[in-house]
Amino acid sequence: MNQVNEFVFLFRQPALNQSPEKEEEIHKTWMDWIGGIAAQGKIASNGLHLTPKGSVLKSGGVVTDGPFVEIREILGGFIVVKADNMDDAITLAHGCPAIDAGGSVEIRTAFL
Amino acid sequence: MNQHEAALKHLFKQEFAKMVAVISKLYGLQHIEIAEDIVTETFLLATETWEHKGIPLNPAAWLYTVAKQKTLQYFRRNKIYAEKVMPQISLQQQEYEEMAELNFSHQNIKDSQLQMLFAICTPAIASEAQIGLALRILCGFGIDEIAEAFLSNKETINKRLFRAKEKLRNEKIQLEFPPENEIVQRLDNVLHIIYLLFSEGYYSKTQNEILRKDLCIEALRLGLMLTEYAKTNLPKTNALIALMCFHASRFNARQNSHEVSILYEHQDVALWDQALIDQGVHFLNLSAQGNEITSYHLEARIAYWHSLKEDTHEKWENILQLYNRLLLINYSPIVALNRTYALYKANGRHAALIEAEKLDLNNHFYYLLLGELYKTIDDAIAKSNYEKAKALAKTETEKQGIQEKIDQLVQ
Repeated sequence: MNQVNEFVFLFRQPALNQSPEKEEEIHKTWMDWIGGIAAQGKIASNGLHLTPKGSVLKSGGVVTDGPFVEIREILGGFIVVKADNMDDAITLAHGCPAIDAGGSVEIRTAFL
Repeated sequence: MNQHEAALKHLFKQEFAKMVAVISKLYGLQHIEIAEDIVTETFLLATETWEHKGIPLNPAAWLYTVAKQKTLQYFRRNKIYAEKVMPQISLQQQEYEEMAELNFSHQNIKDSQLQMLFAICTPAIASEAQIGLALRILCGFGIDEIAEAFLSNKETINKRLFRAKEKLRNEKIQLEFPPENEIVQRLDNVLHIIYLLFSEGYYSKTQNEILRKDLCIEALRLGLMLTEYAKTNLPKTNALIALMCFHASRFNARQNSHEVSILYEHQDVALWDQALIDQGVHFLNLSAQGNEITSYHLEARIAYWHSLKEDTHEKWENILQLYNRLLLINYSPIVALNRTYALYKANGRHAALIEAEKLDLNNHFYYLLLGELYKTIDDAIAKSNYEKAKALAKTETEKQGIQEKIDQLVQ
């Protein structure tokens, strides 16, 4: 039996103010994309989806508001997928709506 | 079977479940066989007596009276035994008979049956045995009928039921409601068993349509039983009932179709049962409370959209999104296939084809879907997929239906 590994997809993309219609359209694109991975039985966890606002705590008790890094690099959420190896995980990440929105998917191996 | 016999069989089936539950409540679940014996003997006597004298005005009351007498006889026999073996027990005759008095009130029948449902759905028993036990004890099915539904033989079913009852005894399962804090957890198991029971009927391998319909109706009845108690009448219970109503509404239409369950297009809409669809909508509305979204909720909503005959983009877009969510909670190959079909209807042939090619499946439904998607894009590839589907199809009706699709391509 093949060893099944878990990979985390971290989505980064610009936080843009969209109209509700546009939001809904984007939501559909995401759901169709994740549904495609789920249809292959390769979702390990639907992860979490994050709002753009938050705080950062640094040493010395310094609290700052986001955005944390560059504007185009806001962490939007993550999912966990099952794949045989990194190449297969990268294949799964293709077509991710974050990429079309000028963002990226970071693919990381998870360990227990 | 003539009409008279069919009516009797129906009555016995209905009363079997009630009477076994009430008697088991008195004797304890460990003596469930005694309850079954008493009820079976009662039915035998009823058949003999009614043949000569005709069916009484209130046959159920007649059955209850006889069952009470038989239970009392059994109890007296046992009392003698108990007095000889265990002289320390010194209850008065009166007290014994009060104890042995069966309570066939409407409320007690309902309570006992619901408690029986919870007892049978104990996690201690494997789900296949639970379904068998539920069919026998809660739905009054004969061993031969259960064997037919499972495409098995009587001997195997008898063994399975025997082991399940032994488990009930060994685990000392009581015929009572689980403690309050366990009800919610146990309810999930109960709902799952009802869902499996329904599916067993809806997708059963047996060709016996009456039996299949019976299974579905019984599953629905058990679901409705849960709505009579506040603690079990939860949104997810209502969602499951809605799901069963919507599916059952298509029962008559589906029988004549090609059994290709992912393709609804050929169903005769006139055969859909509007009353059941309305019931489904009623329970679907009730299910839309609280925060929990179960797979029953999603499946019920999908079934709702399928109950609308107009083939709109809105309908398929909604079905697609529901399947996307369903896959995240509950992946199965058939859900993946249905999702891809919805993708085709909502986003078009090309989009669906890309996704379909990624699925690593090897059954006739998969090749049927590929054939459907390749149609008009490349008829030759469509044909080769249909042929693969035909080779893998299990029944003649399915093969015939697929051949019709191949023939349509060629012209």
